[in-house]
Amino acid sequence: MPGTRGGLAVLALADSRFPNGGHVHSGGVEEAVARGLITDVGHLREFLFGRLRSAGLVAAVFAAAAAHAAAGRRADWPGLDAELDARTPSPAQRAASRAQGWGLLRAGRAAWQSQALSDLVSTTGRPHHPLVLGVLITASGAGARDAALVAGYHSVSGPSSAAVRLLGLDPFAVNALLIELTAELDDLADTASASAHLPPADLPAPGSPALDLLAESHDHHHREEVRLFAS
Amino acid sequence: MLPDNTRPHGGNGHGHGHRHPVNFDPTATEPDPHAQTPWHGRPFRLGIGGPVGSGKTALTAALCRALGGAVNLAVVTNDIYTTEDADFLRAAGVLDPDRVEAVQTGACPHTAIRDDITANLDAVDRLTERHPGLELVIVESGGDNLTAVFSRGLADRQIFVVDVAGGDKVPRKGGPGVTTADLLVINKIDLADHVGADMAVMVSDAHRMRGALPVITQSLTRTPNAPDVADWVRAQLAVPLGV
Ligand SMILES: Nc1nc2c(ncn2[C@@H]2O[C@H](COP(=O)(O)OP(=O)(O)O)[C@@H](O)[C@H]2O)c(=O)[nH]1
Ligand SMILES: [Mg+2]
Repeated sequence: MPGTRGGLAVLALADSRFPNGGHVHSGGVEEAVARGLITDVGHLREFLFGRLRSAGLVAAVFAAAAAHAAAGRRADWPGLDAELDARTPSPAQRAASRAQGWGLLRAGRAAWQSQALSDLVSTTGRPHHPLVLGVLITASGAGARDAALVAGYHSVSGPSSAAVRLLGLDPFAVNALLIELTAELDDLADTASASAHLPPADLPAPGSPALDLLAESHDHHHREEVRLFAS
Repeated sequence: MLPDNTRPHGGNGHGHGHRHPVNFDPTATEPDPHAQTPWHGRPFRLGIGGPVGSGKTALTAALCRALGGAVNLAVVTNDIYTTEDADFLRAAGVLDPDRVEAVQTGACPHTAIRDDITANLDAVDRLTERHPGLELVIVESGGDNLTAVFSRGLADRQIFVVDVAGGDKVPRKGGPGVTTADLLVINKIDLADHVGADMAVMVSDAHRMRGALPVITQSLTRTPNAPDVADWVRAQLAVPLGV
């Protein structure tokens, strides 16, 4: 089996220093912390496992499908975008995903030349983050499984560093938590890349009502209050 | 539309070809080949940074009062107490609430103005869409340490505000804010006697650290419209960027 091509781009896109605005999103951690649902590393472990299997899987599935679509000739970008909307019931989470997609687009356009990227934008306006990610992965020469890995990793890396900042958790313990997810992330990438060729409507649709509700209450309760993260 | 600054050098980042960056011919009339954020009719972006409590919001309000009549302007604030800053500007009657955008910095204010400026550029974009013809956006950083400076991708010019009450050793400590900002403001000089700060030392240290870059001392309680800083900002606005 050939190794990953475009490895540098894959690593850069996964890096938290990639300048697409990800650091201002906590993925529900800020709200969970404010409600006392996360107070220590044990709680964070449960949160991250749950997030990876739900929001992380959805993102990975669509990143892989976008990477696959970008590699082919007839991509249904509006279909993919709409189906991801349908799998994201919380308006706050949809807004967060589109905001991060826009940020990734800004950074991506400065670094990549891609016809698929232009097509994605001209047909969807403000595409969801996983779609932009998948297109950039393909533009780099990497594959659908790489796109899924990066999307899945994002779903837990940002929230874990938000927890470190908000609770002052031991960074080594939190980093060890991330590494605990190694097998989970591999399984998720396998699942996501196996479905990458399906029509948008047939893509998996795992739900995470608790995360949806956290995102909504974060948006509502903190509109007039101190809020450090955008989601 | 993405803002034009995604391609700050006009294309692939190698726009100045093989020319020497400095032309020593005093009669040359060719355009300045230095990489500059181009001025393409987008608002001028002025960063105001400095430690917590040094007077960034007070200076922002002063500039809104001094310039607001003649310049179409708006403000982006990165403070934790975002609504408080917006409330302050509203209460001061210096700016319509819809001309203030608050940015969440993910508990990392220097990242949001320097390493990953996405959230701030998004806020600037929202203001620009809402207010056609916007000429100036003032971006107030969250209060941060002496190493926090604005990315040149976000701020066309930046002011670093320190205050006398923070101690007269601050300019000597240096750091990129003090040494590289386009303007250093030493604020609250009215408090110098109360805190035993030696203004002469502070100012001479500041000049020693900054070489030719300008330093302004002021008190916003004595001169609430910050006339010297406002003059400096007017001068910056008068020069099209990249020319
Ligand atoms: N005495 C004095 N107080 C000032 C001056 N400028 C600002 N302040 C006060 O210093 C405090 C902090 O100012 P603020 O603008 O909120 O600081 P920021 O955190 O840098 O935005 C406020 O209470 C201001 O009224 C000044 O020149 N003299
Ligand atoms: Mg302030």
